[in-house]
Formats: sequence, C-alpha cells, structure tokens
Amino acid sequence: MNSEGGPTALSQTTSIRPARTFTANRALQQEEGLLFEIGRLDVTGVDLEEPAAFVPRLGGLERAGAIGLPGLSEPEAMRHYVRLSQKNYGIDSGLFPLGSCTMKHNPRLNEKMARLPGFADIHPLQPQSTVPGALALMEMLSHWLIEMTGMNAVALSPKAGAHGELCGMMAIKAALAARGEHERQVVLVPDSAHGTNPATAALIGFSVRSVPAGADGMVRADAVKAALDGDVAAIMLTNPNTCGLFEAEIVAIAEAVHEAGAYFYCDGANFNAIVGKARPGDLGVDAMHINLHKTFSTPHGGGGPGAGPVVLSAALAPFAPAPYLRRDGWGLRLVEDSAREGDHAPFGRLTAFHGQMGMYVRALSYMLSHGANGMKQASEDAVLNANYIRAGLSDLLSQPFGDQPCMHEVLFDDAWLKGTGLTTLDIAKALIDEGYHPMTIYFPLVAHGAMLIEPTESESKLSLDLFIATMRDLALAVKAGEKERFLSAPRLSPRRRLDETRAARQPVLRWKPRAPLPQAND
Amino acid sequence: MSSLRFTKEHEYVRLDGDIATIGITDYAQKQLGDVVFVELPDVGAKLERGKQAAIVESVKAASEVYAPLTGVVIAVNEALPDTPAIVNSSPLAGGWFLKMTLAHAGEMDVLMSEADYNAYVETLG
Amino acid sequence: MRYLPLTAVERLDMLAKIGAASMDDLFVGIPADKRLPGLMELPAGRGECDVERLLNGLSAQNKAAGDVPFFVGAGAYRHHIPASVDHLIQRSEFLTSYTPYQPEIAQGTLQYLFEFQTQVALLTGMEVANASMYDGSTATGEAVLMAHRLTRRSKSVLSGTLHPHYRAVVETLSHMAGDHVEALAPAIAGRSEDILAAIDADTSCVVVQSPSFYGEIIDLRPIATKAHSVGALLIAVVSEAVSFGLVESPGQLGADIVVAEGQSIGNSLNFGGPYVGLFATRQKFVRQMPGRLCGETVDADGRRGFVLTLSTREQHIRRDKATSNICTNSGLCCLAFTIHMALLGETGLKRLARLNHAHAVRLADMLRDVKGVEVLNHSFFNEFTLRVPGDAATLVEALAQAGVLAGVPVSRLEPECPHLNDLLLVASSEMNSDDDRHRLVAAMKKVLA
Repeated sequence: MNSEGGPTALSQTTSIRPARTFTANRALQQEEGLLFEIGRLDVTGVDLEEPAAFVPRLGGLERAGAIGLPGLSEPEAMRHYVRLSQKNYGIDSGLFPLGSCTMKHNPRLNEKMARLPGFADIHPLQPQSTVPGALALMEMLSHWLIEMTGMNAVALSPKAGAHGELCGMMAIKAALAARGEHERQVVLVPDSAHGTNPATAALIGFSVRSVPAGADGMVRADAVKAALDGDVAAIMLTNPNTCGLFEAEIVAIAEAVHEAGAYFYCDGANFNAIVGKARPGDLGVDAMHINLHKTFSTPHGGGGPGAGPVVLSAALAPFAPAPYLRRDGWGLRLVEDSAREGDHAPFGRLTAFHGQMGMYVRALSYMLSHGANGMKQASEDAVLNANYIRAGLSDLLSQPFGDQPCMHEVLFDDAWLKGTGLTTLDIAKALIDEGYHPMTIYFPLVAHGAMLIEPTESESKLSLDLFIATMRDLALAVKAGEKERFLSAPRLSPRRRLDETRAARQPVLRWKPRAPLPQAND
Repeated sequence: MSSLRFTKEHEYVRLDGDIATIGITDYAQKQLGDVVFVELPDVGAKLERGKQAAIVESVKAASEVYAPLTGVVIAVNEALPDTPAIVNSSPLAGGWFLKMTLAHAGEMDVLMSEADYNAYVETLG
Repeated sequence: MRYLPLTAVERLDMLAKIGAASMDDLFVGIPADKRLPGLMELPAGRGECDVERLLNGLSAQNKAAGDVPFFVGAGAYRHHIPASVDHLIQRSEFLTSYTPYQPEIAQGTLQYLFEFQTQVALLTGMEVANASMYDGSTATGEAVLMAHRLTRRSKSVLSGTLHPHYRAVVETLSHMAGDHVEALAPAIAGRSEDILAAIDADTSCVVVQSPSFYGEIIDLRPIATKAHSVGALLIAVVSEAVSFGLVESPGQLGADIVVAEGQSIGNSLNFGGPYVGLFATRQKFVRQMPGRLCGETVDADGRRGFVLTLSTREQHIRRDKATSNICTNSGLCCLAFTIHMALLGETGLKRLARLNHAHAVRLADMLRDVKGVEVLNHSFFNEFTLRVPGDAATLVEALAQAGVLAGVPVSRLEPECPHLNDLLLVASSEMNSDDDRHRLVAAMKKVLA
C-alpha cells in the first residue's frame, strides 16, 4: 500500500452545547438557513418589465415546467449574505499566517481601479481599435513582469497558478517537439513540490520522476544530476521552496538541467519573497508562473479567481500561446490567432478571450503604488516578519532543518508535540479559538506534521508580537498537559470540528426539497 | 485449511484451496483513519504482483493497494462501495477487498507469516 | 509606503531580536552574485491619487459598452447587475478570505458554494454541480478529459457550432495530452452538419453548444441517443447562462455533462475575465469530476455545517493521479453569480430570459429592413447570425467609428474560413433600449448605402 496525503479520523471532541437560540447565545453570530429554506419561487429582488406579447423563435425547445429556484427580495438577500460573510475569516479580520498562500493586504484602490468602466465594461471582442487603453495596460503589466523577473516574454492569459503551470509545461512540450525530441517524457519533481506540479505534468502526458530533498530541506544538484537522462523534458522546482528556503544550488541545478537538454520550470508561488532582490531570469529559469493573487495582492476571494501569467526565457518565448501582444508597424495589437506569425509559433490557446483583465488591473495598480522601491521593501519586510516569528518561537517549537534564517515563511514540524497526545491539527484548531486563521498544516510533506507560517509584509510589529505571544501561550499549554483545550478546539467559532468522514461517505452535494417550498402570502 | 500471509505494504492474503482473498491489515486501516471510499478492480481483471489492485481512500489520503500475488480477480466485495466503514471495523473478515486465483503458487512463500508481520509492525513504532 | 506598517526603527529592533546585523543577513541564502545590487529599473512608488490618474487615463481611452448602443456577444454578454451584488462581494470576509480549508471559520463561503452548486444543478437539469471552474472554455476542456476517464476512450467529436475559442482550448489540451479530436467544420446554424455520422464506437464524447456559437438552439435529443448507443457521452455547452431561464435544460435533453459560462449572471464583461465556469453532471460520475466540491455534514455539536469534500480527487492529495491540476474555483465570480441568481429567483430569471428573447426577436425583425442583410437563424435566444453585404469586419469597424458597437464578425474567431467573412453575430439584451436598436439599424443603412 502506498499512501498519498495524511491520515484523518474525527478526533475525540467534547460537546459543549450552546442554548438553541437564534444566535446560539453569541451576539452578532446569527444562524442562517439555506437560500432554499428562506426563498420562495414567486419572490424576486430584481424588478423587470414583462415584455409585450411576441412569437418566440426557440425552435420548439422552450423550457417546460419549474426550475425550482427560490428568490429573495433585496433586504432578505442583504441579510442572507451579510450573515454568511460574518461566518468567514479574512485578511481584514486578522493575521492570516497561511504559509505558501501569501495572504497579504488587498488594497481597495485595486478594486476601485478594476471597476472603471474602461476596464470592467469593455467586451473582449469589440474592435481592438476601441480598446487601446486596455492593450496599453496589458503591455505595461507585461513590461513590469518581465523587468521584475529578468525574463524575455510573458504569456498573460493563464487563469490561475495551476493554469500557468500548464502553460509553461505546454510551451516546454512544444519546444521539445520543435526540436524533434519527442522521447523526452519525464518531468523531475522534488518531494516538497506543490501537488499541482505533478498533476500538471501528468495532465499533458508526462510521467513524474521524484527527486528527494536533502537533509536540510534543499534539492541537491547531485540528486538532480543523478535523475537526469535523455528522457527528461524538464524539472519543476519551487524557489524559494515550500520549506521557506532559497534553493542554494539552484544555479548548478539549472546548468545541469540545460546541459542535459531539458528545461527549468520554476513554480513562482513564492516569488513574493524575492521581488526586487533576485531575478529568476538570472538563475537560469525557462518558465515561471506568477500568482497575481499571492505576490501582487489581488484578492483570494474565498478560492478565486486567480491569475497566473507565465514569464518565459528566450528559448520558450516563441511558443507562447495565443493571444499575445505585438507592437510593430501597425502599432500595438493583440494577435488572437494561433497560426504562426513571423518567428512566433504559438502552441495553441489556453482559454477563451484574453485572460483575467480584472486581475491585471488590480495587480498593476499594486505595482504602480509600490514602485521599484516599495516592492523591494515589501519583500524585505515579508522575510523580516517571518524571521521575527521564527526567533520568537524557536525555543518552544521544533524546526525540521534546524534554526536557520528563512525567507518569507518559517516551517515548524511536530517533533515538539511528541508524547503529548496532540497533533498539528489540534494546534491549528486551538489557534482558531484565539482569533487566528491557522497556519498551513501538513504541507510540505517533507516535514512531519508541518506547520508553515507566512505572516507577509502586511503585519505590524504589534500584530506579530501578539501572534507570537499567542503561539507561546499555546505551546506552554501543550507542555503543561492541557490536552482538553486542544482536543475540544475550536469551541468559539461559528461551527466546531466538522465530520468530514460523514461528508465523504455519504456525499450530500446539493439541497434537495424535503417538502414543497413555502409560498409567500400575498 | 486456510493460511494467512502478509506484505510489507500491509496487504494480507488468505488462501483457501486455490482461491486467495486480499485485503488490508488492521495496522493499515488504523494508519489510514476512517475509510470513506474503496475503488475495486473489475472481476476478470488480471493482476500482477506488486502492481496496483485497488485504491482505498480516507478523507485526506488516497492509497494504492498492491496485488500481493499474480492472478485473475474472480470476485470483489460488493459491500465496500456502500459501507466502506467495514474496512475499519473488520479488515480481516467483512472488510476484504477481492478474491483472486493464484497463478504462481511460489509467490505465497515470499510473503510474511503472521508472527513475522506482527514483529515487522512493532519496528514501525 | 502605505501598505507597509513597519517603521525603520521597528525594523532595526526586529533585526536585533533575530540576531541579524542587517537585512542582507536574512537574504544570505541567495547566491551573492545573483542578488540585485540596487533597485529594479522601474518607476518609484506613487500615492493613490497618482495611480488613479494614470489608470483613469488608460480607462478613458477605451470605448465602454455603456457609452454606446452595444450588441456584442459571442460568449460574453452585457447584462444589468444589481447594485447589491457588487456591494456584497466586496465584503471583507468574502473578498479577503481563503479557500475554505478550515471549515469552522469558513462557513460563509462553504454555504454559498453549496447553494451555488444546487442552483447550477437545477439550471442545467443535472444531479450534481461543482463549486465552479475558471470559465466556460476551460470547463469544456475539463469535461472532455473527464469523459475520456469515464469511457476509457480518447476521441472527442466537436460540433461545428462550438465557440471557436472553446474548440481551440479543447484542441490544445487534447493535442498536448495525446488525445484525438474530430472537429467538424463551422456550421452556421447546426443544420448543415451531420454530427450523428461522426459518432462511432471509438468516440468518448460529443461536444455540442446550444444556443450555438451562431445563436441557433440545437435539439440535443437525437445526439444524446446516438452517443449513448455507442457508449459515448454528450457534453452540452452553454455560453449564455440567461438562456437557462427560457430554453429547455440540457439535462432534460439527455446531456451527461453540462458546462457553461456563468459570466452573464452577476459578472461584468471585464474584457474577457475573470469569469465563472459552471460544471454539472450525473451523480454516478461525481468521483471523476474535476474541481472543488462542497458537501453537507454536521459539526461536533451536531449542527449542520459544510465542508469541501471528495478531495482525494484533487491535486493536493492525488498529485500526478489527480482528476485535474486545478487548484482554484472562481470564488468571487461564483459568489456574484449566486447572489444575482438568488435575487432573480425563478420568477426573475424567467422574465429576464423572456425579455432578452423579445428584444432579440424585435431586433431581428428590424434588421430585415436593411437592404442586403439577412438573418440566417431558424431559431435563436438573444443572439443571431446576419449575412451582410461585403466584409463583416469592415462593417463593424465602420459602425464603431459611427458610435455603434454592432457585434462580432465571425472572421475574428474563424480567420481561416474566408467563406464566413460576411457573417456577423449580433446580440441584444435587456440593456438595449428601442433607441439603441434604431441607431444600429440607421447606422447600418447608412454605412451600407
């Protein structure tokens, strides 16, 4: 048997039943029913005129019968969604130490700019002559991304980080095909990689060969060399890596990969640690996606939308997908067709239209605000804050690779919990009762019971001191044997630990009517 | 007369005559936690020793179950898809995965005895 | 810098606590010769006022849809968005929250995803839906891959009525994965192609869009029957979600997987993104479905709650054996969709759809008056194909100069098909007034005269 992922069982949790009231005796925490329990089929919160009588031209395929969609009046809708929102934790609520996910402040200027009618209210297929400002914005964003990474070109259209990985790996596949080297079918992926890396490689037919991390959490050039042969198409490496460390042998790794005729894909999820400090292009990277929602402050939005532009080296630039920007005698234009034009041989198209314009505006608004100086300072502060947390906790928590300077995130493991009967999960859940979103847990896989903390540059010293004090308090409680506090956590959140086993054994993925919907009384 | 044998990957084989019953051990189910789903091969599928035979899933993990022997699947446990919990409650009895023929009788000899397996599990801590 | 709370004094204080002499000590991990010595060659930071001035300037160079009579569609549609929608999606706890991996403090996101999944299942006429995809085109690509996993075959048949960008996305993905695609020639109204003949025993899935790229409403039933008879799946594509309010659902017509672009509900045009892909299928296929899924359960006190579930399908657990590499849903866009849909309700959605159809019918009738212009559709919802005298792209450019954004010339998406150069897609929604329609007709008459 070979397991991927961590074990799970519902921990023994103590039930503390609050009184059954509307707020469960917690002011400002109102219970809220499902839309399907509070809405009615004959209620609408949108006033529309009824069209005058006309003869439909639907080819006889008019919908028969009810859909079953409940409606809400506007005040009901406001209450419903505001109450739901109050059950969520966001960056604006407090420190959000989610390692590798980079939960930094989301400036509201970005939101305002993205809603300007010249960006939000333009159609991707209206004549290009009517959108010169949009094309100029895309060109400006491209310039900033290329300059910051030291690369040759950028493909803007990928919709998210994993989509960017797909774009980069497709460009590599196209470049190899152009060289006639179809036998290269293997992609090297270190054990510490994000799950998206092997998933992306496999999606387009590559097989994955694992590269072990060294005892210090780094990938060794020797280990890469040992894994390289004529079948290898590329290596996918995250730098700074998922342990929060800058890969010390990255230059030697890049050289070895290139010498073997393969390409270097860099997972840019952690680019936020080094913007203005080092450029991937100088390290030998051939392709790297940039998560605009991590490094450049576009909102995570409870899971998306993301944006994952990919910067490319000179070797891969010709294969960038359609659409791409071109400035020539015709001026600036967007080439939308994937047919060859000049030296450009696009590998195809990743998405309809031109990508995540709304995210481009937000990211550029952030870049312009920071400028070269601010962005460098942001990287430094992110690294400073992570090291400050490391210094504040290193005597109580354990680190898998010893106490050494980290980049923008600090990795702890669960060695310090040995013999306490508590797990990383229990620490994470206890942190919720203290008013924090937990850190990233059980990732990366190379650390046992990993706790990955990334404070970002958005935190003040006061905020960091409070977080450190909270973590120390929890660690001391662990050592004092206060098991119950952890096993029953969280107790104060809108919901306590949820039964994920039940959810997976008998999946209930949608609401189903148990009785007819209540009708409004007119 | 049946004989019980084990693999290092925590599968067990119970041989009755020339039919082998395959499942995962009590140690394996404890390591996995609550089993929520089991994907079984088709009856008639040819299995090769050491290659994937089934997949067992908990909430946060997916594990490949390897065929301990080479042979053909002649039955699968139809109860598992609806009640995967029996893998936790009764791994060696009601929680069996599949029954197969045994192509090479010699393959049984390389598997561990119950005593050897228990000693091996001890070393895993 | 307004986004950075630390002061210079605090930084020094913190460095001392860490035991570092300078900031550079923290970056020793970067090889010395690879560290950037100074600043990047980019402008210095600016205040809000300056950034606004610069971006306002770029925005002003574009002709916004709201400023002109606007009839552009082809997969992205301009509809009215209630003011409350944009307000609600900007609530901090929605805007700045993370993927709900910690369900105790993410019930807000999880509950709306559960409601969204239910709405999508109802609209598409399917049993289950996921928590959304990037957009309609990538959802189509994922649907084809899912069909391949389910049927263990690798040939997809694409109708010529499919949006050309969607077709290109499927072709790119399939080409890279080594799968086979049989894409039928562009078929203006879905009448001329014989898709049934293209479905054979090697076919994994057949992909049909309705309303089609050209606006025609396609009867999926005979295609579903043929596909099922050879063990293939029918993937139905919908690029205008408002049509769900008036056209029979693909599920009712026999589709096995329904993918759709949800932008029309709650989301702005945004020059093409971000949008929201809808993805629905049958219950029995759920373990091969890509993307996040939210499910109902109970918490330690027995109270109803929601969690992300069946995540062993996903990349963060299954790695190279995952159903997809996707690691995101279209969160805020999906929230905008579900809020707008909750405001509309059954009553509002059906009325909105009727209104759209009525507007399009009226416009089609008015355009018959323009000499040399012909409406090609037998049926349509809110968009149809015109044959115009001469080159449609030239006409659209001329109309844009005259202050009317008239539609999409088919040649923009099918540049390799010169015989389609005289085709123009025209969409009309509740946003168009009678005056808009008169101005379009008048401008066309003038330009074509």
